[in-house]
Amino acid sequence: MIKTLLQKIGVRGVTMSLMLMPGLLWAQDRAKWNLQEPQTAVAREMYDLHTIVLVICLIIFVGVFGAMFYSVIKHRKSVGHKAAHFHENTTVEILWTVIPFFILIGMAWPATKSVLAMRDTSSPDMTIKITGYQWKWGYEYLKGEGDLSGVADGVQLYSVLATPHDQIYGNAPKGEHYLLEVDNPLVVPAGKKVRLLITANDVLHAWYLPAFGVKQDAVPGFIRDAWFKAEKTGTYRGQCAELCGKEHGFMPIVVEVVEPAKFAEWAGKHKTAATSAAASAGAGATATAGTPDGKGTYEKVCSVCHAAGVAGAPKLGDKAAWAPRIATGADSLHNSALKGKNAMPPKGGMVNLPDADVVAAVDYMVKAAK
Amino acid sequence: MSAVIGHEHDHDHAHGHGYQPGGIMRWVKTTNHKDIGTMYLWFSFVMFLTGGVMAMVIRAELFMPGMQVVEPERFNQMITLHGLIMVFGAIMPAFVGFANWLIPMQIGAPDMAFPRMNNWSFWLLPPAAILLIVSLFVPGGAPGVGWTLYAPLSVQQGMGMDLTIFAIHILGMSSIMGSINIITTVLNLRAPGMTLMKMPLFVWTWLITAYLLIAVMPVLAGAVTMTLTDRHFGTHFFNAAGGGDPVLFQHIFWFFGHPEVYIIAIPAFGVVSQVIPAFSRKPLFGYTSMVYAVASIAILSFLVWAHHMYTTGLPVTGQLYYMYATMLIAVPTGVKVFNWVATMWKGSLSFETPMLFALGFLFLFTLGGFSGLVLSIVPVDIQLHDTYYVVAHFHYVMVAGALFSAFAGIYFWLPKWTGHMYDETLGKWHFWLSMIFFNMIFFVQHFLGLAGMPRRIPDYAPQFTDFNMISSIGAFGFGLTQLLFLYVVIKCIRSTEMAPQKPWEGADSLEWTHLPTPAPYHTFETPPTVK
Repeated sequence: MIKTLLQKIGVRGVTMSLMLMPGLLWAQDRAKWNLQEPQTAVAREMYDLHTIVLVICLIIFVGVFGAMFYSVIKHRKSVGHKAAHFHENTTVEILWTVIPFFILIGMAWPATKSVLAMRDTSSPDMTIKITGYQWKWGYEYLKGEGDLSGVADGVQLYSVLATPHDQIYGNAPKGEHYLLEVDNPLVVPAGKKVRLLITANDVLHAWYLPAFGVKQDAVPGFIRDAWFKAEKTGTYRGQCAELCGKEHGFMPIVVEVVEPAKFAEWAGKHKTAATSAAASAGAGATATAGTPDGKGTYEKVCSVCHAAGVAGAPKLGDKAAWAPRIATGADSLHNSALKGKNAMPPKGGMVNLPDADVVAAVDYMVKAAK
Repeated sequence: MSAVIGHEHDHDHAHGHGYQPGGIMRWVKTTNHKDIGTMYLWFSFVMFLTGGVMAMVIRAELFMPGMQVVEPERFNQMITLHGLIMVFGAIMPAFVGFANWLIPMQIGAPDMAFPRMNNWSFWLLPPAAILLIVSLFVPGGAPGVGWTLYAPLSVQQGMGMDLTIFAIHILGMSSIMGSINIITTVLNLRAPGMTLMKMPLFVWTWLITAYLLIAVMPVLAGAVTMTLTDRHFGTHFFNAAGGGDPVLFQHIFWFFGHPEVYIIAIPAFGVVSQVIPAFSRKPLFGYTSMVYAVASIAILSFLVWAHHMYTTGLPVTGQLYYMYATMLIAVPTGVKVFNWVATMWKGSLSFETPMLFALGFLFLFTLGGFSGLVLSIVPVDIQLHDTYYVVAHFHYVMVAGALFSAFAGIYFWLPKWTGHMYDETLGKWHFWLSMIFFNMIFFVQHFLGLAGMPRRIPDYAPQFTDFNMISSIGAFGFGLTQLLFLYVVIKCIRSTEMAPQKPWEGADSLEWTHLPTPAPYHTFETPPTVK
């Protein structure tokens, strides 16, 4: 009751203090003015905490600037006000040092409680490893503790921006979820505690899903954790929040929350697909054992640019584009891929990739273009 | 506070004081604190326009969804250079310019303690600026990493990154030499009777800022040097595969970066603390507590750096400590705001341009302080970190804080510097247009951030369109308004109408009470006695 009231005052208060804003925008869409509607308990705590702090700030703001504007109006020279000469008052000074201190304690108390709740990743129902790449997200359902252990173990997917190039460059009308749509969303069950283990492959990224109150930097070489428990089914959208190079604005995050039964069904399908693919290729198992995997590397890394021809990259199978390059010789091509060329960073930005895999991927692409 | 007795009038020694080359060599060789101050101020204005043009490119790209103006990699270069140029090229040199002009005059010294070093600290700046700008034209372009230069992305960049690193080393040397000069001047060249607690607050704020600079510029130099060796000499400071840690860079950077915020803000506090009492015709309320508040802010600034890193995966205890320490900064900052308002209380106020900018500062800087308090709360920051809310927050502090107070200072001291009055009507136009356009740019960005728009993206989802349009229109307006400022300054310099010695009724520091207008080339060769 009080919380809802606070929320209302908070949101309204901001708008009222906003003499510059056209009121039209407000009427048009409320969601634009505040944090996204929370979908987890943690996100709700963040929302309420923000409202409380905002309201306290507004009260102080009105007090301080009320005094200032009173002075501006009443104590001006042009209305004949004569200057007083006081310039010290120890009592007042002590008061306005001590009172803010207690107000701060009042804010710190609920904030501390919610930090502790937010960081408690213990006893999850399932665990997902998230890897940030330049520029896409990789998701892997790990074997782990909890209710859902085993359901999706080993399912792996890559999640790449699905908005077509033409929409970005203005050659086609922009779709409803422009820049916030991916080919393979992350699928999770509703009402289950999902622990996220977040890392990166190349540079820093950050996995940011506003509605769940999750933002965690992905640090290459280290694993950080976060968690959420989505309450309702639906599709939720976020973006990479840490500058990670030129496509930083183009690696969205989409999470689909489904009923646990549906989740099991989805996971089952993906598991069979993954095992049959591994069996038919025969390379899946051996790749991990150390043989360089050209096709796999291409799909994981090179395809980000070489599939669509981003930044002048020759497309896979585009004979015209590849012919002059192939003519320079295999060594020169391998070197370009290892050391970088034109817009392409060394190893396509995947500095940790074994050299043998890069070479195998180049050979794979050359073969496709012959 | 600084009542002066035994006033011995200084004679104009401008041309009777040894060899002085004419033309361009006057400026290249000058060791005069006023000439050097002037060069700092013009340099910073040129950089302000350069960084401003980059901001226009950014706002033009963000006017509508879709890519229209620049490619994403160029966009990232623009945000990097805009940040570096505005921080190191525009705001910091502007306040060093004020320091050069005013510290000797306000403490009754004939010049800075090390005039030749002063010359060198200025002349290091143009080469650094050229390096930054040239980096745009080398293969791979300028670094596209943001002004924070986070590893490992900075390790991936082309040679533009190396030019930037070299530029930062040079800028750091310049800042350190400037700071040594300021500290030595303030501690050794004060006129008889000018005790520390009688110094104008502007001098106090610079004394404290100079210590901050000496403490943190070497830290930044260390951070970029480690980046350099990671890039070229096979070290792995920031590479986990070699036993390093990317987050280490952030710790080192923000150990410099947070005090840097106060390096920019504290001299601004100093300027405002001169301007508000002058136009309130009443002494500054709580002078002693102001000095203590500035000192405590400076000390606290070393203890809160990881509040820029809440989402890096700090331990819970770390998050809690940095939250509490950061919230604590609100106490001395509050004291300062209350003191300024109490200075105005029951004064006899008038609202010439310097006062308008000082009040603009007070109002908007406090708003920036409130959004800072919101951001200090860890769970709220998890939502807002790296979104446009943060962009809005630090522009309220940097632009409405530092830049507005620099404008206040320039209008306040222009008569003393040039000997002429500026055009009051145009000055007021400059203030009101800046005020309106500034809020148009940045107030709406709070909402963009709350709704989840990340910063440093060249393109965005359509639901963010209308606020971005408002913001871009405001940005173009703000940019044009600054050309008006240039016109006002040039008009003032060329005016023939002489300003009185003390055009501001309530001004009481030595440069007003003791020196003619314009201030002669050499001042206080015989120190005044301060009671």
